[in-house]
Amino acid sequence: MRNVYENEHGNSKIWELCDFKKIFAQMKKGFILFLAVFALLSSSVSAASSEDGKFNAGEMIMHHIADAHEIHLIGDLAIYLPVIVKTDNGWDVFSSSHLYHNPQTAETPSGDKVSYYQYGDYIMFHEHLYMAGDGIELNDEGEVMNQAVAIDLSITKTVAGMFLTILIMILIFTSVAKGYKKRGVAAPKGLQSFMEPLILFVRDEVARPSIGKHADRFVPFLLSVFFFIWISNILGLIPFLGGLNITGTLSVTMVLAAIVFIVTSINGNKHYWGHILWPPGVPFFVKLILVPIEFAGIFIKPLVLMVRLTANITAGHIIILAFVALIFIFGEQSASAGYGIGIGSTLFMIFMNFIELLVAFLQAYVFTLLSALYFGAAVEEAH
Amino acid sequence: MDLLTVLLEVSLSVGLAGLGAGVAAIAAGLGIGKIGAAALESIARQPEATGDIRASMIVAAALVEGVALFAVIVCLLVVLG
Repeated sequence: MRNVYENEHGNSKIWELCDFKKIFAQMKKGFILFLAVFALLSSSVSAASSEDGKFNAGEMIMHHIADAHEIHLIGDLAIYLPVIVKTDNGWDVFSSSHLYHNPQTAETPSGDKVSYYQYGDYIMFHEHLYMAGDGIELNDEGEVMNQAVAIDLSITKTVAGMFLTILIMILIFTSVAKGYKKRGVAAPKGLQSFMEPLILFVRDEVARPSIGKHADRFVPFLLSVFFFIWISNILGLIPFLGGLNITGTLSVTMVLAAIVFIVTSINGNKHYWGHILWPPGVPFFVKLILVPIEFAGIFIKPLVLMVRLTANITAGHIIILAFVALIFIFGEQSASAGYGIGIGSTLFMIFMNFIELLVAFLQAYVFTLLSALYFGAAVEEAH
Repeated sequence: MDLLTVLLEVSLSVGLAGLGAGVAAIAAGLGIGKIGAAALESIARQPEATGDIRASMIVAAALVEGVALFAVIVCLLVVLG
């Protein structure tokens, strides 16, 4: 039975029903209107300033790379995330807006001014929480000497970003799984047909060639880590989403690399450990040199996984932020210089964003491929 | 005289870290350039293997770039603390 939206070949009639010329004309008009409004609004966005009011590019870049207790969207608009701390007096949960609406300044013994936030018993200095006690104590280098809180489990920007990634993954994969349950072995439709090539790619091009016979045991983990890293990288590139930097944080990638290390070590069979601790087919004095290197290699390989992912993503963000900072640096000299450099800088920034999209997928693929290779080495049979 | 005072304002460690980042960029350029050159020559020899060669080139470039970015991270750490 053919419905009204299908033509006589059974294909969708959308190409005949929609007037694409009109739609594109309207989209172009809307886009130009959006650009005009955006240019007007962005003139009121404040840039980062150091204590003496000058624009400090390094500080702005570091502020956008680092974690924060709020998701700063635009201008004064921010989503204030909960602060969850445990001190000697027990657990404390409050919104970070109490902290951010209470800025203070203090002077170090050497005369530099620093700014911090205070609320109740807590001081927040550069996004770290300390006990207030009698007030902030600074040493000569401008570091806070107050006692830090015992446990800080706050939902920070990175944690909120990870929750968003998890939510996206759950939504995508439950819908795909439901689709497979409903359709069985029939041809996939909708989101299934988009995800199936990716999932098969990870299984057939990454897992099976690297691991061999026992590949299917590791495929769920490889799929999870591939999509988690890819989606987290993409979220970090979306502008105005608060500048999430999930996989650019050493803590996140350290956990991913630690899981790979644990899985490799647990699944290592006799041949794997034998090859590391007593390599066969090698003269004795070469063994003495090789064994420490191989033993260090057990730890260095996940460490390198961690640093590679963090460095690539953070470097990409820094490049994009540096192009933006360039506009403000020139704008401080003269407004027209700022506008002039703005055109070139924005074009370069858009170009770098496209490169970073490629890097997002590539780093997820490289992490998954190397994890698969380590798993393959762990379960390899003698040959 | 002004140039000299400007040069002396930046501490030695930060200046050398900047130099290190530059060397890392040279190294990345050299490494990925060699990979690209080898890939182009192989594609010229056997155009029907273009897909496989392109995939291998991109993977190798990502690994080499990772090493260059280790150096960048180390230089950044020197500058920051």
